[in-house]
Amino acid sequence: MNTEKNIKTLIVKKPLKLDCGKTIKDFPIAYETYGSLNSKKDNAILVFHALTGDQFVTGINPVTNKEGWWSYAVGPDKAIDTNKYFVICSNVIGGCMGSYGPSHKDPDKKIFGTNFPVITINDMVNAQYNLLDHFGIDKLFSITGGSMGGMQVLQFISNFPNKSKTVIPIATTSSHSAQNIAFNELGRQAITADSDWKDGNYTSNNINPGKGLAVARMAAHITYLSKKGLQEKFGRKLQEREDLKFGFDADFQIESYLRYQGSVFVDRFDANSYLYITRAMDYFDLAKQFKGNLSEAFINTKAKFFIISFTSDWLYPTQENKDIVIALNSIGADVGFVEIKSDKGHDSFLLDVPDFLGALKNFLDKSYEEN
Amino acid sequence: MKNEFQVIADLIEKDKKVLDVGCADGTLMKFLRDNKNINIRGLEISKEKVQECIAKGLTVIEGNAEKDLKQFPDKSFDYVVLSQTLQAFLRPELVLDELLRVGKKAIVTIPNFGYWKVRFHLLFKGTMPITKTLPDEWYNTPNLHMCTIKDFFHFVKSKDIKIFKSLALNNLNKSIINESNLGVKNLFADLGIFLIEK
Repeated sequence: MNTEKNIKTLIVKKPLKLDCGKTIKDFPIAYETYGSLNSKKDNAILVFHALTGDQFVTGINPVTNKEGWWSYAVGPDKAIDTNKYFVICSNVIGGCMGSYGPSHKDPDKKIFGTNFPVITINDMVNAQYNLLDHFGIDKLFSITGGSMGGMQVLQFISNFPNKSKTVIPIATTSSHSAQNIAFNELGRQAITADSDWKDGNYTSNNINPGKGLAVARMAAHITYLSKKGLQEKFGRKLQEREDLKFGFDADFQIESYLRYQGSVFVDRFDANSYLYITRAMDYFDLAKQFKGNLSEAFINTKAKFFIISFTSDWLYPTQENKDIVIALNSIGADVGFVEIKSDKGHDSFLLDVPDFLGALKNFLDKSYEEN
Repeated sequence: MKNEFQVIADLIEKDKKVLDVGCADGTLMKFLRDNKNINIRGLEISKEKVQECIAKGLTVIEGNAEKDLKQFPDKSFDYVVLSQTLQAFLRPELVLDELLRVGKKAIVTIPNFGYWKVRFHLLFKGTMPITKTLPDEWYNTPNLHMCTIKDFFHFVKSKDIKIFKSLALNNLNKSIINESNLGVKNLFADLGIFLIEK
């Protein structure tokens, strides 16, 4: 799964104590950068990826040969303009694109599998913080990300309140809801129910729980779209046939589409990583880290926040994003908020949604002018 | 910038923290930020207007004053501005209370339904008045609770709200309103501007 040659890696020597109690050290963080760091080192933006993303934000991903996951937003003259800004993104720990994860080997040269320590969003950002030292950046210009990327944004600024000038959480939450935990559990059950999963030891058996992972992806993919979006794109259209076949093949285009999404996902993603990363999302509850008071998470930062949600996102709905706005307002923080009209569901932040991309660009560029 | 905004801006000292409720495209906000070094925030219900504010580099929260003012702590702004919007809320009294809770002071402007042209229109034409400050037809106006300068004056007094300054505006003419000239101002001003505190 990992094509080592195209992956830049930082080996973190410093021990990192994880929330689960274990300590890791000498571990790799795979990262990619776009644009160039200026001499004042004040133009860096740290982008955090979502559940199935990776460090290859834009351009052609050298491992999958597909467009980077945020190609609409990041690149020359785009919302996050790489002519102007230095964009850094790293694969989260627990992931499968080169950063320390369950497909790596333990000190006894045995593949971790489910012996890899359970990691949290907090662990992810603490690991990524090492990139600032690596690049000699004292303060980032911005941190941003959608979905799980947004959770990392919130955790990062809470852990390191003086390390970013602006903060842009997108389509996210400060606390994973019961519904979202439920969907993640569905995905995990699909994986672990696959007989090829072998309690996580599939790699040493040279097999892959592809069926389970594909089902997990299919279920999750539905949650990223909206009912209206699905209806408009697929409706009840049939897949390369004139009429129903009275069987269980993919009669409908939506079935065929989901099966395709499942199958391509299996080629690029590791089943155990899926378990670990969804677990990290489920454990995320920033308010709980501050005795139930979310405002306390941001009490020490003077950063300028800009929070964005989407009308048709029912996975991380506007209200959950607004709860973050409310927590920030109640301590007089500098916070802007906009809900973007879009029928593309949670995936809106990844797609060509001009109002979103325009707002992101304007916020960044105007904030940078104030530098 | 319209004359009303100039009068509002003159009421606010430099370097203060101000919330503009219903900030629209951010014209007043931008003026206050650029000319008086005001730490300015906006609250605006229209997505399009919020985008225009973001394009000006202004900090705006998309939201509804009737629901979203409650998230701001007591007296967290030196001034809260509400320009020609009070009459458009379902519960203007509640909004006024919230403005005065969130702001140490509030600046509220109201289109005056007692203005002579409004009275004239209704008296002689017998149809709902349409003027420069009240441009909409009865069937598409956002205004639910029209009032006169006199109404508002009596209303804030009855609520024990302190009036620091009340100004009548008619085009470019600005004049002070007080108890003794209230009747005249109520006839000749199309806009009332009130600086109040509770």
